[in-house]
Amino acid sequence: MPEEVMSLGSPAGQFNEELLIRRIRDGEHDLFYELIRPYERRVYSAALAILRNEADAEDAAQEAVLKALKHIRQFRAEARFSTWLIQIVVNEARMRKRKEHAHMIEPIVDHQDEEGNYTPRDFADWREIPSETLERKEVRQRLAEALASLGEKYREVFVLRDMQHLSIEETAKTLGITTASVKTRLLRARLMLRDLLAPGLGGDWNSKLSFAKGTKPW
Amino acid sequence: MVVNCEQVWREISNYLEGDIEPNLRAAIEEHFRGCKHCTAVLDGTRNVIQLYGDERMVEVPLGFSHRLHRRLEENMASGRRSFLGWMVAAAAAILVAGGFEMGRSSVFSHPELRSEHAQPGSGVPPNMMVVVSEEGKTFHVPGCPFIHDKARLRTIAAREAIREGYAPCVRCMRKYLSASLISPSASADSEAQVSGSGNPNLRIKRG
Repeated sequence: MPEEVMSLGSPAGQFNEELLIRRIRDGEHDLFYELIRPYERRVYSAALAILRNEADAEDAAQEAVLKALKHIRQFRAEARFSTWLIQIVVNEARMRKRKEHAHMIEPIVDHQDEEGNYTPRDFADWREIPSETLERKEVRQRLAEALASLGEKYREVFVLRDMQHLSIEETAKTLGITTASVKTRLLRARLMLRDLLAPGLGGDWNSKLSFAKGTKPW
Repeated sequence: MVVNCEQVWREISNYLEGDIEPNLRAAIEEHFRGCKHCTAVLDGTRNVIQLYGDERMVEVPLGFSHRLHRRLEENMASGRRSFLGWMVAAAAAILVAGGFEMGRSSVFSHPELRSEHAQPGSGVPPNMMVVVSEEGKTFHVPGCPFIHDKARLRTIAAREAIREGYAPCVRCMRKYLSASLISPSASADSEAQVSGSGNPNLRIKRG
């Protein structure tokens, strides 16, 4: 295999990616493995954050990747491939979620006022993050639980912006909302997560966290 | 400009994004210097972004990559199979169409006619005995006055005559020919030949 397609992580990665995409479009479908490999984690992570179930997330991630291959000709070079891919994943996950809930009565609309002010629940000091924090499984679990407890509209924005690193504009486009809504929801998501995590992560891990007790400050 | 805590909380996300007016930024930074609570909120929010932005945050299930690649492989293989199937179907269609076309060609159903303007004798009973001459281009019922070379006649079945490229005489075989292709004047000429099928105009040619 040519050297240029083997080093997507290099500074020339963007160029290599374009080259790969061109060759895949020209019929070298096997190269799709190379193209997708750096994004496997992100694809799964995006699906999981929306579906909150590992099996569903894996299936949605696979389906999204297949769709990306099928529609690779529709990818426009002016966008980042990763953004395009994540948009497909998000659409796939959202579609599944809609199907899953199609038979259910529409839940009561979240009455949180998007435009309203958000008051932090407490002011626990959380200045330092131990470097090894994420190596601890229970920490990752706490983070996952906190994220899962957010309302869907906050979770989606947070996942795309802060976990998938899409821009505000890309997040807005993916979710079909305005950039103003993205900013408002992002603010709330971040503050809510801080409220959920700061008392534990900032100090004593054995202290009872609010979300562990099933209560939410909002 | 002076800002209070509520204003700081409202802008804290934009502040971390760097999406804020310089004056407001300066005012917020001034506020942080004197407000421990807001500093705690700022630090915590920054930590949230940092922690969740780390890819280690999500554990990918064991074997995820392998299963994904296997599914891709299956998909590509099935794509190749359908492409192959499509190719086979296309080749079969070409063969059928080709066969049909060949069937229509002179070699198979209507041998190359000795006369380029003759009408094929497709309506003639195949077992009917007809007469042909070596030099002639048409076959006739025995005794037809329009036989060209009476010295070298052969009597053969109509199917054989057709196979050898003879065309029916428009006079003696008239009743077997397509009526639409026959003009009254043609019947007067023993070797009158009909031009290409579908063309109602006749070209008269001596055999």
